[in-house]
Amino acid sequence: MPQKQQPKAKANQSVERKRSKRGEDDLTDTGDAAEPDDWMQTKALVKPEDQLDLTDAELKEEFTRILTANNPHAPQNIVRYSFKERQFKQMSSVDQLAIHFSLDGNLLHKESEEARRQLNRYGKQSQDSEDAPEIKEATSAAAGITAVDEGGDEGAADGEAKEDAGEDGAAPTVPKAKVRSVEKKLTNQFNFSERASQTYNNPYRDRGTVTEPPPRASFASNVTQWEIYDAYQEDFEKQEKTKEKKVVPGRKDEGRTKKKFTMSESTSDDITRIESAAKIVERMINQNTYDDIAQDFKYWEDVSDEYRDQEGTLLPLWKFSFEKAKKLAITSVCWSPMYKDLFAVSCGSYDFMKQGNGLIIFWTLKNPSFPECYFETDSGVMCLDIHPQHPHLIAAGFYDGSVAVFSAVEKKEGPIHRCTAKNGKHTDPVWQVRWQKDDADNNMNFYSISSDGRICLWTILKNEMIFQDVIKLLLPDVSAEGPDGIKVPTTGCGTAFDFHQQKDYLFLVGTEEGKVHICSKSYTSHFIDTIHAHNMAVYKVCWNKFHPKIFITCSADWTVKIWEMHDPMVKHDNNENRKPLFSFDLNNSVGDVAWAPYSSTVFAAVTSDGKAFVYDLNINKYEPLCEQMVAQKKKTKLTHVEFNPTFPIMIVGDDRGCIVSLKLSPNLRKMKAEKKGAPPPDEATKIQREIEKLDKILTMVREQPT
Amino acid sequence: MAAEVEETLKRIQSHRGVTGTIVVNSEGIPIKTTLDNSTTVQYASLIHSLTAKARSTVRDIDPSNDLKFLRIRSRKNEIMCAPDKEFLLIVIQQDEQS
Repeated sequence: MPQKQQPKAKANQSVERKRSKRGEDDLTDTGDAAEPDDWMQTKALVKPEDQLDLTDAELKEEFTRILTANNPHAPQNIVRYSFKERQFKQMSSVDQLAIHFSLDGNLLHKESEEARRQLNRYGKQSQDSEDAPEIKEATSAAAGITAVDEGGDEGAADGEAKEDAGEDGAAPTVPKAKVRSVEKKLTNQFNFSERASQTYNNPYRDRGTVTEPPPRASFASNVTQWEIYDAYQEDFEKQEKTKEKKVVPGRKDEGRTKKKFTMSESTSDDITRIESAAKIVERMINQNTYDDIAQDFKYWEDVSDEYRDQEGTLLPLWKFSFEKAKKLAITSVCWSPMYKDLFAVSCGSYDFMKQGNGLIIFWTLKNPSFPECYFETDSGVMCLDIHPQHPHLIAAGFYDGSVAVFSAVEKKEGPIHRCTAKNGKHTDPVWQVRWQKDDADNNMNFYSISSDGRICLWTILKNEMIFQDVIKLLLPDVSAEGPDGIKVPTTGCGTAFDFHQQKDYLFLVGTEEGKVHICSKSYTSHFIDTIHAHNMAVYKVCWNKFHPKIFITCSADWTVKIWEMHDPMVKHDNNENRKPLFSFDLNNSVGDVAWAPYSSTVFAAVTSDGKAFVYDLNINKYEPLCEQMVAQKKKTKLTHVEFNPTFPIMIVGDDRGCIVSLKLSPNLRKMKAEKKGAPPPDEATKIQREIEKLDKILTMVREQPT
Repeated sequence: MAAEVEETLKRIQSHRGVTGTIVVNSEGIPIKTTLDNSTTVQYASLIHSLTAKARSTVRDIDPSNDLKFLRIRSRKNEIMCAPDKEFLLIVIQQDEQS
C-alpha cells in the first residue's frame, strides 16, 4: 500500500495516535498534518466569480465518455528496416501501454519466499527476548493504523487485500520493534535514507602586496651600416690581438705595453685630444680671414700684363711673421717635397756682432698667422734642408759650426742628432747643408759646408751621427806664416755648394774668395775645375734645373752670373780668366738666386736693398722682366728666395724674420705656346724642349766673345 | 702638450671675427666655452645632433669613411665644427661683410 495515502486518513486520527506513531516511526514525514484541516474548512465557501450558472436541467445532463484501450499517442506507422528482407517494413504491432505512474513498493508479501526467509532470520531472536508490554501496545496500535488505512481506501482493495493488510500490519512491526530494542545496529529495511552533507567550503580569499617596481627604461635605436661595420672592425681587431698574444707569449712585452699604456694615459690630457680639430679650425678661420688673398692666389692674373710688352709683376700674397723671429734674419728657405703648401725657414743672424739664438720654423700657406711647428735653438741656424724622401727630417747647420737633424713628427723640443766638438763639428758657421741619396747601407747622409774650408759628409746611424771630411779647401799659392815661421796652409772659406741632379758625384762649391770649384766626390784631392767667378763672397751656386752644364752664381759683388761647365777632357787655355755666359749687375749685394722649376731660362734674385728681380733669358737677355720692391720698410734686406715647385709663387725672406709670398704674373711664366690640338707633352719632351730653348740662346752668346 | 692646445684655442679666439669657441664632449655637454651659458647650451645641443647626423650620413655611404669637418655658412656668420674622436670643437666666426 502506498504510504502517500496516509495524510487523508490522518484527519480522523487522534493526536495521541499521531504522536505515538511519530515516536515509533521518525522517518515518515508527518509535519504537514495540520495543514489539510485548515484548508478543508474554507473549501466550501470559495466560489469563483466567473463560475457558470447552470440550470438544473443542464446540470443533470449526462455526458458519455468511453475509455478505450488504445493509446492515442502511440504512433500508427512505425517503419523499421528488416535486414532479412533488406527493405523497410511497417510494424503492425504498436505498443499501446502507457504508464502514468509507477512506484516500486518496499513491502513483501507475507507468504512469499523472501518474507519467510526474513522471518526465519529475525523471528528466533525476537522470541528469545523478553517482550515488554509497551511493545505489544505499539504493535496493536500499528495494526490499528493499518486497519484504518485499509478502511479508508476507495474500495479498490478486495478481501484478500484486507487480509493481507491485517497480517501485514502485524507481522513486520513485530520484528521492527524487537530489532530496535535488541540491536540497534540492524539496518532499517524500509525507511532508509541517503544522507549527504556538504563540507564547509573555505571562502576564497585574495591577498596582494605591492613591491617596488623594477627599474624601467625605454630604449630605441636605429642600426646603421657603419655601426655594424664598426662592430665587426672591433671584433676583428680583438681577434688579431689574441692571435698576436698567442704567438708571442712574452712576459716582458706585456709589461712594456702596460707601461706604455699608463704613460700615454697620464700624458694625454682631456684638452689635448682636440689638438687636430683645433688645428683644422685655425686653418679654416685663417681661410676666412684671408679669403681675398686665397682668392688672389688661386684666380687672380694681372690683366695689365697684356698691355705691357714683356714686363711682369709680383703680387704680394700672405706675409709670414713670427713674434720670436722678429729680430732674426731668414737664413734659408726650403719647400717641403711632400706638402706643396708647407715650407721651412731657418732664422739666425748674419751679423757677426749680434749673434744669439736661432729658430727653425715650419710655415704653411694655409695658416699665415702662426707657424705649423718650430724649434728653438741656442745658436743661430744658418741653413737647413728637408729630406726629399722623409719630409719630416730636417738637417740644419748652425753659426757655431755644428750640424743637427730635427724631426718634425717626434714631439721633441730639441734635435734628434747633433754633433759636438768631439765628433767633427765645424769651427766656423755652416753655410749650407744638403741631403744626399741613402748610401749603400741605406743610411741617411748629408753634406755640409763651412767657412773653415771643410766639406763634411754626415752619416746617420741608429743612435749616432758620424762624420767624414770629403774635401778641404786649400789655397795652394798662398800660405800664411805662423808665429814660429812655420808655413800654415790657408784654407778657403766655403759658403755655398750645389749637387748635380743627374751626376751624383758632381758638385759645385762657392767660396768667400769668389771662386767656384767644380768638384767630384770621387776625387777629393783636387778640383775638376776652378773659376774665378766673383770678386767677393759667392752667396749661392745653383745648377740649372734642366740643362746639365749650366749653373748660376750670385755674389756680394752685386752680380749674378751664369756659367757653363767646360768639358774636363778639353784643355782650355784661359781657365782662370774665363768669362761668364751672362752677367747681370743688380746694383746691390745679391743675397740669393734661384732657378724657376718650370722654365730653363727663368730665374729670380733678391738683393740687400729689398728688391726682387725676375729674369727670363728667353725674352730679355739683358734686363729683368720684373724689378720690384718687396720689403715693407727701407733698409730691410732680402736674404733668400725660393720658387714653389707647383704653384706660380715664390717666397722671399728678409733680415727681419719676415717672409713674403709673391705671385708671378702671367708674363713671368710665359711658356712656349703649344700647338692647338696637340697632346700635352710628357716630362721627357718637356725637359728636352727646355734644354733646346736654353741652348739656342747660349749659342748666340758663345759666339759673341770670339 | 696641453699648453700648446690651449695656445691654439687662444689664438683662434683672438682671430678677427671669432665670436665664440665651444668644446663639446661626446654626450653633447659643453666642457669649455667662451660664450654665455644659454647660448653655449643651445649651440652645443643643436650642433652636436647635426654633426652626429652628418657623420652618420658620411659613414653610411662608406663605413670606412669619416666626417672630418663641417662648415655651416650662414648669412650672418659661419659655424665651423671639427668632430674629433671624443670631442667636438665649434667655432663661430662673423662674416667680414656684415
